[in-house]
Amino acid sequence: MIKSFALSQKVGLSILSCLFIFAFVQGIFDSTSAAQQNLSNIFSLPNSQYLLGTDQFGRSMYARLGSAIRLSFLLCLLCVFSALALGVSAGIYAAWAQGWQEKVMDFIANTILALPGLVLVLLFAAIAPGSFVVLYLGIAITLWVEYYRVVKAISKSVLASSEIEASRQLGFNWFYIIKRHLWPNLQEQIFTLASFGAATAILTMASVGFVYVGLKPPTAELGLMIVELFPYYADAPWVLLQPLVVLFLLILGFNLLAGKLK
Amino acid sequence: MLIKILFNRLLQAISMAVAVGSLTFFLVRSLPGDIAYKVAAGRYGDDGVSTEAANAVRAELGLDQPIFEQYLNWLGNLFQFDLGNSLVSGLPVIDEIQHQLGYTALLAVCAVILASFIAIPLGLLAAKKPKKVIDQTSLYTSSFIRAQPVFSLGLILTIVFAIELNWFPVAGFGSTEFLILPVLTLAISLAAVSNRIVRDSAIKVLNSQYYQFAKIKGLKEPKLFLRHGLKNMAIPIIAFTGMQFIGVIEGVIMIESLFAWPGIGHALSHAVFARDIPMLQGTALMMGILFVFINTLTDACCALLDPRGEKVKQGENA
Repeated sequence: MIKSFALSQKVGLSILSCLFIFAFVQGIFDSTSAAQQNLSNIFSLPNSQYLLGTDQFGRSMYARLGSAIRLSFLLCLLCVFSALALGVSAGIYAAWAQGWQEKVMDFIANTILALPGLVLVLLFAAIAPGSFVVLYLGIAITLWVEYYRVVKAISKSVLASSEIEASRQLGFNWFYIIKRHLWPNLQEQIFTLASFGAATAILTMASVGFVYVGLKPPTAELGLMIVELFPYYADAPWVLLQPLVVLFLLILGFNLLAGKLK
Repeated sequence: MLIKILFNRLLQAISMAVAVGSLTFFLVRSLPGDIAYKVAAGRYGDDGVSTEAANAVRAELGLDQPIFEQYLNWLGNLFQFDLGNSLVSGLPVIDEIQHQLGYTALLAVCAVILASFIAIPLGLLAAKKPKKVIDQTSLYTSSFIRAQPVFSLGLILTIVFAIELNWFPVAGFGSTEFLILPVLTLAISLAAVSNRIVRDSAIKVLNSQYYQFAKIKGLKEPKLFLRHGLKNMAIPIIAFTGMQFIGVIEGVIMIESLFAWPGIGHALSHAVFARDIPMLQGTALMMGILFVFINTLTDACCALLDPRGEKVKQGENA
């Protein structure tokens, strides 16, 4: 699959791999903790003990960034896979069944589409402030609609084709038809959607953290780190720069990986 | 065609309102404490709360009724636009929202106009010579800006123009100079997406057979473009303006919070923070209505311009 990637997709994949390796090397080999404060050593420059310096409470930025990246990857993987599973199966089911089943699912999808994604996530965030699970649910619910609509549209045209007719008359079951006929037509679009979805998930969590209604301190989360470090811009611009750059690289990586939507 | 679009969108707006209402109803019931005491405290002040007052409130608001009836009442009030009072300021939510809507509209309209002034010329310029200097530069710059969350962009502009150069105020509201940074942030993030859409649709028209034919039959540049190019680009461009307004609605939440701009987005994030549920319901509802309204307007314009009913790709993932 990687062989067929365009250059920009390879660049995206490399950026993400670097971040992934950074986060896991930190998690395994670094002894500093993301929550350990050292108030006599705030905003220290990078040194052998604190590879990326320390923040306003003397916490190791290296440890905090590592933990924030792992959190972002965890959230986007959870959100993308739940949304993908739900959206793809609902899309294929609706295209297959048509009739009232399709109408009901269209209705649900349209209701969700009537709200900007961020508003829905904020509504969920209000239910249980600071909860990772609620944040995950909110983001996954906004993401699955996109898969549903795309998968349904493609599946409908494929299911009406003569190959499917032939497969059905030969007595192949639904699983074979999905595997043999639908999936090859869907996988490229699904990959692109998943990539964009991952970027959206990370961005949404950071946005909610930035307006201070997402995860609560002392969690190391990129949006939260940015908003907490901004008041110290004059003292330590390089510390503020770190989460900004990491967030930028994460989103850039996924945007590049997505490739061109056809 | 048009009637069908309007009907479907109306249905969508209603189902959205019911969904928002249900979520917030659930939210109110899930809060700790007796709601009757809280409403009484809101009305009579913390010292004026007594069991009698709370019971009076309970009877008046029907809090002693079965939960299903309360739910219907809640939705009934919603559809009469009786959104209750803010738990923080005590003022009616509907008044506050009307107030904020004006500020948000000011911000949004300025941003979309500025974004169009950046994106349309840039997109057309890039389309004239695809894959050449201007096109490539705009591609890389756009990708760079798109990978920034809108609040990072705002933060960077604040640092450069407000803190380092000291040209504009950091945040707040009052004279025109407070408007510049939020509008600029929003406009740049919008234009980063839309200039590529303008470029793509322009290239499609410029390469089309009818355009090539008009060129070969000898039409000169301004007339050629105005007569054969612009009209055919109108539909994608209207679709893209609609899409920009939609992007604004999301962006406004972040931008208003960052720049302390007293609009709906700021109110929404504050309502979540303060768990001010009537306000939360009102602002979320308002944003949903705006969202559906803009989509309806875009659909209707496209249907009127091109009655063939050709589906315009809105490029939702762009």
